[in-house]
Amino acid sequence: MRRVLPSVAIGALLIAVWWILVIVTASVIFPTPLQVLAGIGELAWDGSLWSDIGASLFRVGAGFLLAVAFAIPLGLWMGWVHGAYATLNPIFQMLRPISPIAWIPIAILWFGVGNVSPIFLIFISSVFPMVVQTTAGVHAIERRYLRAAENFGVSRYTLFRQVVIPAVLPQIIVGMRIGLGVAWLVVVAAEMIALHSGLGYLIIDSRNAGNRYDLVIAGMIVIGLIGLMLDGAMRLLEGLKQVRWRYAR
Amino acid sequence: MPAKIAVRDVSKSYASDSGSLHVVDGVSFEVGDGELVAIVGPSGCGKSTLMNIVAGFERPDQGSVITDGELRTQPSSRGILISQHGSVFPWLTVQQNLMFGLNGHAHDDRQALADHYAAMVGLKGFEASYPHELSGGMLKRAELARALVVKPEILYMDEPFSALDALMNLRMRNELLRVLAEEHHTVLLITHDVEEAVHLADRILVLSARPGRIQASFDVPMTHPRKLSGSQVQELREAILRELGVDSDQ
Repeated sequence: MRRVLPSVAIGALLIAVWWILVIVTASVIFPTPLQVLAGIGELAWDGSLWSDIGASLFRVGAGFLLAVAFAIPLGLWMGWVHGAYATLNPIFQMLRPISPIAWIPIAILWFGVGNVSPIFLIFISSVFPMVVQTTAGVHAIERRYLRAAENFGVSRYTLFRQVVIPAVLPQIIVGMRIGLGVAWLVVVAAEMIALHSGLGYLIIDSRNAGNRYDLVIAGMIVIGLIGLMLDGAMRLLEGLKQVRWRYAR
Repeated sequence: MPAKIAVRDVSKSYASDSGSLHVVDGVSFEVGDGELVAIVGPSGCGKSTLMNIVAGFERPDQGSVITDGELRTQPSSRGILISQHGSVFPWLTVQQNLMFGLNGHAHDDRQALADHYAAMVGLKGFEASYPHELSGGMLKRAELARALVVKPEILYMDEPFSALDALMNLRMRNELLRVLAEEHHTVLLITHDVEEAVHLADRILVLSARPGRIQASFDVPMTHPRKLSGSQVQELREAILRELGVDSDQ
């Protein structure tokens, strides 16, 4: 309770400042917190809020899971086999700094304006941090553990199943947290450009359809809250007993 | 009967910034079956390098290591290394750690064996604990038990108890002697602690400063349990310290 109190106080203060500024400047377009709350209520009531959240979450889920399925085996391979690292790492290091937004024209060219484009953009944006983290995790395995495995002469399967993968798991989880955060950023951006559903679309559509800035800000707040929940869900993974050794130090 | 471990004229150098660093220089010794031989030496004298070579983790530049009549070119589960910092896997429970080396056994047998050795080293009741929930002494017990489970013929112990406090160090030495009385093992122990060597070993080899070579050899004739404050132990300890260039004032 005592730990959340300062955050709540700051939040309340920010809302108060916002409210006062809107009243003082007598803005006709910028909404008060109460109007935004009413906007969220309106969206929830007519159901569009839920379908937009569902659409965004579906795209993030699909793109992110594809990226996980691709990045983790690839990262493990690149970390373990030096030749794979030497060959592929420069390519990834070059692709990684390209903003996912820069891929939007190509995504539209290749996949049109359906669901596949944002899923592709999310895949592109979250795959690189996860590959990098997984590879770094393999490189960071302490030699004493690999030596112990070598000493007991275990099979390759046991080596990976019981030493390499669990040793890297904490880093993989960090990569997944970063990846999911970026994915959530990107889905909103992607939906602003094309498509007719999703939280990004909600924001752009509210502005275009008569300057409904109460709904614009409502959309932003919902995006923030869901981002917080996604990160919280990933943090739960860090509480697993198998990975606590790494974080609890 | 051939020696359990035969080290023949082993030398090792490393490349360094200022040319090549000669670490181990023509070391030869033998360890008999069931014998506990300790190697003592000043820090940085190449003890750990020598141990890594004897255990098969590194290849010597010259010379050879023969265990059980076979040339040692890689590590084997017949000789398990226990090192100062330990290598109990932090992501596995005590029981999973103990079962780690048991390939090719039925699951029930593995569990029974693991529990047997957990009990032997005093870890009964901690089978489901993770290493970060254990104290330093208990971690050492887990490491020892994990080695014993695979029934190795040789234990290579590289400063095994150096990271423990003095009291726990003494307690673990007694524990080791108790385990060795129950099971037949050949032990090669590397330590900088002369008292530890005199407490545990049947024979003590003194390694010189780098490049390490065998400088002297002492037999330890006393039977177990040894009285550490006894005059025989103290005299031997002083003789070894003199060999290491340290004069004790007593």
